[in-house]
Amino acid sequence: MDNIAGKKSGLSWAVNISVALLVMLWVFPTAGLFVSSFRTADQISSNGWWQSLFNTEQNVVLRAADPDDNGVQVLENGTYVIRGNLYGEAGKAEIGAWGVNSREIDTHVAGDSAELGDGQVITVQANGDYVLTSPTEMTGRGQRVFATAETPPEFTLDNYRSMLFDPNNIEGMAKAFFNTLTVTIPATIIPIVIAAFAAYALAWMDFPGRAILVAVVVGLLVVPLQLALIPLLRFHLNIGIGKGYLGVWLAHTGFGLPLAIYLLRNYMVGLPRDIIENAKVDGATDFQIFTKIVLPLSFPALASFAIFQFLWTWNDLLVAKVFLIDSTGQTTVMTNQIVELLGTRGGNWEILATAAFVSIAVPLAVFFAMQKYLVRGLLAGSVK
Amino acid sequence: MSPALQGLLTILIGVSGCIGYFYFSNQFLDKVLFPATGKNAGRNINRANMVRPWLFLLPAMIALGLYLVYPVFATLWYSMTDRDAGNAFVGFDNYRQMFAQPKFWEAMNNNILWLIIVPAASTAFGLLAAQLTDRIKWGNFAKSLIFMPMAISFVGASVIFKLIYDTRPVDTNQIGVLNAVWLQFNGGVGSFLILRLIPAALVACFVAALAYVGYNIARKRLAPSHKQGSVFASIASAGLVSLCLVAVIIGLKGFFGLFTFDFPYGVPQTWLTTPTWNSILLMVVLIWIQTGFAMVILSAALRGVPEETIEAAIVDGANVFQVFFKIKMPQIAGTIVVVWTTITLTVLKVFDIVFAMTNGQWETQVLANYMYAQLFVANDWGVGSAAAIIIMLLVSPILVWNVWNVRKEMR
Repeated sequence: MDNIAGKKSGLSWAVNISVALLVMLWVFPTAGLFVSSFRTADQISSNGWWQSLFNTEQNVVLRAADPDDNGVQVLENGTYVIRGNLYGEAGKAEIGAWGVNSREIDTHVAGDSAELGDGQVITVQANGDYVLTSPTEMTGRGQRVFATAETPPEFTLDNYRSMLFDPNNIEGMAKAFFNTLTVTIPATIIPIVIAAFAAYALAWMDFPGRAILVAVVVGLLVVPLQLALIPLLRFHLNIGIGKGYLGVWLAHTGFGLPLAIYLLRNYMVGLPRDIIENAKVDGATDFQIFTKIVLPLSFPALASFAIFQFLWTWNDLLVAKVFLIDSTGQTTVMTNQIVELLGTRGGNWEILATAAFVSIAVPLAVFFAMQKYLVRGLLAGSVK
Repeated sequence: MSPALQGLLTILIGVSGCIGYFYFSNQFLDKVLFPATGKNAGRNINRANMVRPWLFLLPAMIALGLYLVYPVFATLWYSMTDRDAGNAFVGFDNYRQMFAQPKFWEAMNNNILWLIIVPAASTAFGLLAAQLTDRIKWGNFAKSLIFMPMAISFVGASVIFKLIYDTRPVDTNQIGVLNAVWLQFNGGVGSFLILRLIPAALVACFVAALAYVGYNIARKRLAPSHKQGSVFASIASAGLVSLCLVAVIIGLKGFFGLFTFDFPYGVPQTWLTTPTWNSILLMVVLIWIQTGFAMVILSAALRGVPEETIEAAIVDGANVFQVFFKIKMPQIAGTIVVVWTTITLTVLKVFDIVFAMTNGQWETQVLANYMYAQLFVANDWGVGSAAAIIIMLLVSPILVWNVWNVRKEMR
């Protein structure tokens, strides 16, 4: 719209670059966690994740094959020879400098030969191929080589394997994942049903006090749920629910209702009056109008709220901590498990990154699949 | 019984229970209580229609009343009783005790900082992103990437940013981006430019904008031609002006601080244990999350600005910046207020980020986490409830404002 009267904005390239920078700045943190979850503990602590995407220079200790192993040593023209590759196969890394002593790790370059004493000589090529020769038969463990090598990026799925599928890992996320799912699904569906009826009444039925009720709902939208913790926990303990799934479902239902009623009512008010009045003239009851006409037409608003509530319950920590998780820890949810890991395994980034990404993955998938409804809900839900 | 099965059963019972309730209560009303037959058919239909809305509303009203309205009053009551003394009424003792704690004032101070910086920064970044992505081809793609953190939990975001703020000893490779970048600075011209001049300029812009807003509100209120409005409006504008004033003073302090502060170049920093900076770094997490929200709403508002007004301005010779600040900004001012207040609400309730990253240590305490610590760590329900009431008091101006707007709209 800035191109009218044939004017082309000269700022166009600047805008493109700034947006690119902004997007990179916003994606960079998540990308860091994502990449880290595919690296081993050693890799994470040896350099930053942004370096893992390129070849890196690493100091490594490699070992030639054991002379004692069967068939390793061959006798050629009176000398014993061991051939092989320090990496097992060629092409895994490129060796620059190397040495045979832990105090002199860069005395030789690729292609050089080093004297080991007793007439033994080792030659190491850049791709890791080595030839070890000796006038006498060799014994003991394989020769160590200290190399500075250019290593290509390497990623592993082991973190996910141990955090998700290893039944012996008590820090695993599998249990917490299912617990979170168990909390989330009823806590998303039940408020929708209750709110839909209330929203219909507030939108299309005429009765004294309707305006006040709408105002009350809007007021309750902003009441911080912190206020509810102690009174409700007491209430749950008194009526015998205690800490558990039922309590957390009820709590999420209560806390989600104001937004649900507000969103659905705003949407239902906008439905065409003719349809509903025609149905009334034709003798439909309010219950029929609601289930057969209003509910199907309100699908976008229902979807919007469902996504909100899903994201909110999935990502919640406070409500779960107060109403669900008891001292046995059997009902821990993912967010709580991550916070505990932050305390006990603060430096083990391969565990933390994987755990966090397991919990982030589902909301991200929902987000990208149903972004349209989320945006619509946001626009309708922010009080005008 | 396995929880998954229990969950399925609950969905089934909950949903069919709700639907059953609605269906049978309506049937009962129409067939038994006020049947639309016989000699009183007309009167009965009217009566049934008077009762029906309350049938529809009943479950929601019970849930709202029990889970949101009742707790407000119960918490108010708990904040004035002592649990150890058999729930005896103690008046304002809990509040007095709380006001005597330095941790509470630390939380209050931090919360004020949060309340100023996070909404301002999120709205500003959101507006910038909305305006920039509005006119480029891959704008929608860019927007969804900036919007993405909205789906990430506060705890997940905390892990993400803890990795960024990570510290390794000197002379080892830094695996946290922030320290890796920090070690690039050496105190030369580049450092002066990036660490002092540019942030100072940004702070100055922010202070100037706030001072301008505050000055305008005050001038409008004090002008002799101004009609005396309601008391509520006067109080609201006085509050806004004083808030602006506080923000301006803090901003100016920060502005001069940027030039006098002695940066420890070349030494990796433990970011989360350095007071003041650590609070700001925690705020960055929330800003990162909330910018997407601000962008989505403001982007829709920008699209809603009538094209004719912009075309007219361009024909009259306005440049890009004039179009933005003089044509678009005034028309989306209402939406900016909405975004600002919504983020303010989120800030007041922020708990997870502080709890997961520092747990309020090293002077990063905020009210919500202070309250949690009082309730469940110190087990002092009186003081914890008093802290919850303070949060409620801070939220209530926005509550009143929202309700007032909705009432106005419905009339």
